[in-house]
Amino acid sequence: MSAGVELDHVTVKFGNFTAVNDATLDIKGGEFFSFLGPSGCGKTTILRTVSGFLDPTAGQVRIGGQDMQGIGPNKRPTALIFQNLALFPLMTVAENIAYGLRVRGIDRTTRRRKADELLDLIALKGQGDKLVSELSGGQKQRVAIARALAVEPKVLLLDEPLSALDLKLRQHMRTELRAIQQRVGITFIYITHDQGEALTMSDRIAVMSDGVIEQVADGKQVYDLPQTPFVASFVGENNAFTGTVSKVANGAAVVDTPFGALAGLNPKALKVGDKAILFVRPESLKIGKGGSATSFVSTVESVAFEGNMTHVFLKGASKKDITVTVGRHGGAKIPAQGEKSTVHYDEAHGLVLPEGKMARD
Amino acid sequence: MTSGKVMKAMLGFYIAIFLLYLFGPLMVMSVTAFNTPTYPQAYPFEGFTLEWFGKLWEHRLLMEGLRNSLIIGVGVVVISVPIGLAASIIMNQIYHRARSLFYLVTVSPLLTPGVIIGISTVIFWKDALGLTDFTKATFYKGIVLSILGQSSFVAAYCLLIIMARLTRFDRAQEEAALDLGASYPQVFWHVLLPFLKPALLSASVIAFLSSFENFNTTTFAILADKTLVTVLAGEARQGTTPVLSALAVIIITLSLLGALTYELLKRREEAAAERVKENARIAERGEAV
Amino acid sequence: MASSFRKERWPVTSRTLILLIPFVVIAAFWLLSRYEAKLGHDPTHKSYWERNGMVLGLTFVGLVAFWTLFLVTLPYLYMVVESFHPKLPPAQRGGPNDFLTIAQYKSFVISPTDNEWNWIHMSNFTYSIVVSALIAFLNLCICYPLAYYMAQSGTPQKVRMLMLALIVPYWINEILRAFAVRLLLASKGLINQAMMGTGITDAPIDFLGANAGMWIGLSYANLLIMIFPLYNAIESLDKNQIEAARDLGAPWWKIHRDVVIPYAKPGIASGCTMVFMLAAGSLAAPLFLAGPQQRWFTMTVYDFFFQAFNWPRGSAYAFILLAACITFVMVMLRLFKVKLGEAIR
Repeated sequence: MSAGVELDHVTVKFGNFTAVNDATLDIKGGEFFSFLGPSGCGKTTILRTVSGFLDPTAGQVRIGGQDMQGIGPNKRPTALIFQNLALFPLMTVAENIAYGLRVRGIDRTTRRRKADELLDLIALKGQGDKLVSELSGGQKQRVAIARALAVEPKVLLLDEPLSALDLKLRQHMRTELRAIQQRVGITFIYITHDQGEALTMSDRIAVMSDGVIEQVADGKQVYDLPQTPFVASFVGENNAFTGTVSKVANGAAVVDTPFGALAGLNPKALKVGDKAILFVRPESLKIGKGGSATSFVSTVESVAFEGNMTHVFLKGASKKDITVTVGRHGGAKIPAQGEKSTVHYDEAHGLVLPEGKMARD
Repeated sequence: MTSGKVMKAMLGFYIAIFLLYLFGPLMVMSVTAFNTPTYPQAYPFEGFTLEWFGKLWEHRLLMEGLRNSLIIGVGVVVISVPIGLAASIIMNQIYHRARSLFYLVTVSPLLTPGVIIGISTVIFWKDALGLTDFTKATFYKGIVLSILGQSSFVAAYCLLIIMARLTRFDRAQEEAALDLGASYPQVFWHVLLPFLKPALLSASVIAFLSSFENFNTTTFAILADKTLVTVLAGEARQGTTPVLSALAVIIITLSLLGALTYELLKRREEAAAERVKENARIAERGEAV
Repeated sequence: MASSFRKERWPVTSRTLILLIPFVVIAAFWLLSRYEAKLGHDPTHKSYWERNGMVLGLTFVGLVAFWTLFLVTLPYLYMVVESFHPKLPPAQRGGPNDFLTIAQYKSFVISPTDNEWNWIHMSNFTYSIVVSALIAFLNLCICYPLAYYMAQSGTPQKVRMLMLALIVPYWINEILRAFAVRLLLASKGLINQAMMGTGITDAPIDFLGANAGMWIGLSYANLLIMIFPLYNAIESLDKNQIEAARDLGAPWWKIHRDVVIPYAKPGIASGCTMVFMLAAGSLAAPLFLAGPQQRWFTMTVYDFFFQAFNWPRGSAYAFILLAACITFVMVMLRLFKVKLGEAIR
């Protein structure tokens, strides 16, 4: 059984500091939903508000349509996987998994049976009597998940649970988490600062910055059609050209940048004279001459060969370089350091957004 | 000889002198316990005897004192450890100035000479318990006052010991239990208390031992009763007898045994921890494959 | 009529009034902690009662209130009040003769029997304070090298053995330790035997009569109180700092003066404070090792309780001792610029 989670104008303040500012969101039952943002953006605060450790300063949290105001974390149909897992070190693996059942007054034999079932599910059959400290990192991870699932929550909340694992294991666990979610069918709310995790696992992603939800969409949309400069610069690599809009026509706009007039899509319907930023992703830039408003010239600062692709760094207008990513069989000749190089892109791959805050590098 | 070697030799000499200062008096005293003369002398050694140990058992006051000391020790543990636990939990949940004030009040008994604690305990409780005839008859006793007086500062020891461990408690553990549906009292009994168990144990041991060997506070608070230490003090004041040496030998032996047991337990614990770590390493390797 | 009634009631209220002070302090403390919790230091925003539940919350508060009220503050305050009363037979307590007076404190300076300066008690007091401070310094000198060795240059196994060796004698109680020192120093003791045997002296030296026994006893009883704070302080000093100082060519005494000692200041302050307190408040060592001429101040207090049965005067003297101790602690902490929380751990 799963339940949806609704945030209705939720604001959370700590003294004078606003951690979450007027967040409104509708997470559907059975969805794998991620909050993505840099540290300190308020995503953990949202998670703690949903789980009941924090009360919103204003607004409402509803789970399964029911207002959660005044209901403690131990009475909510949610279960939380902590960043450091917070397994009980003095209990065995089985005791950990069955703890939620123990506090519900369920008898020992039922508890043990349920724990064994869950151990089976997480591929740790027969290891219930071990101490938690005897397990490997990945095994602990799975025990934490089993412990949370044992209480049959309607919503599972995960607070960057993979951050302590090494890269290889992290990638393996992504698939595994997604598989578990599909098997149990409950709502997963996942907190992360790692866009790879968010993009691969989630049905939908909310990108957050400074306590504000910037955009809610599925992974492909967040990547291809970011709504704000922050999302455009935070999710994936992006090249930004700041300037003023000089022409608008047919859903496209031309921006006067230090590299001349450059065009891109204009989803925000900017008008002539507006301050704007044009975003073009490194893989959309190609070496060679193109249309007049879709190509420019700059000096090659450095070249980095990475096997399946090559990054060419061109001198940008500010301190930051412009990155051009050339595929293995891109065809074009890679320019040498110090050369002048002309690059172009497809107008549909340029994106003009109103000027605003960008992600810090 | 290089200057480094000179330094080393001097250091060795210094440590030897220090240990001699520490153990010399105790060793001399131990020898007198086995020597025959009625005046406790180490030299000349006139003959080996166990007579003084036998006298110990026949010493009625000493045995009565020992009984009282044990009762008081247990009483102090029963009162001080829960107080220390409660105080550390409260201390952990208050902030800034409230915390400094609390700290000042709770550690003040450690900065007060023991005699003053004893005196104030007697003066206060004499009047407080004297309010009704019943309380006066039932509680105005040396054993009760000693427990109260000693608990005053022993609880502060307990607070410091328990607090040291409590600050290392991971709040996420508490939240995890709550999140799984535990009530706050359940968190306390299932998660916090097991975590604090080692600190509670050492607090109990320290509390019992400090109570057992306390003299300054007890000598006032004990009124007309006696503890082992006040009997000892009376004996030692009246004169020197090898019986005291014999008692000291017993205490030294017990302390040595205690220290050895402690060391042994610690070694075993370390070995067990090492085994657990090894298992985790094996599991980690299994995962990598 | 009314005024005489008040005069009769007043002494009783002075004792009961004092009972109110702690409750006022507790109320103030409660408000302060509520206010500071509201400032949002606790990220959970949960109140004390929410965090502990009613039953446990009440138990904790009850235990701590019992401790701080009935075992700590009230007895102290009560003792102070007692010291401002005359010595009376029990039947007259609370009667018309039971008025507030500073006679007990005056008697410390001017003897009530002959109206002369009370040199005996004042010199006892001064002697105790000065000697306790000297003992603290003496123990610092004795313990510093060992603490430094254990913390910085000893191998782990050796340090562990040393620790154990230090702790074992600590569990042998004060009386027996004082007794051991007396056996060694008595005129028929081993040291006199040895000195006469080797012909250094002809007649036994009266160590105990000259108070040397008491000095040694006090130092001996409090050795470990000094070692552990010193060890803890020096242990956390980064070895590289000493290496660096040595590298720069500082001689060993300068390394200690400029690097180790400034770093170990909290430990030194804590050790000195504790040794001073324990020495000044010590009863066992003076009782068994002091010479006949000079009496330790705690023994004077002791005698007022057990021989003169003059509780008010004993309380007044006890309070003077307490005040001196608190002053010493404050001066030490100020001198070393250490906070109370760092000194006691």
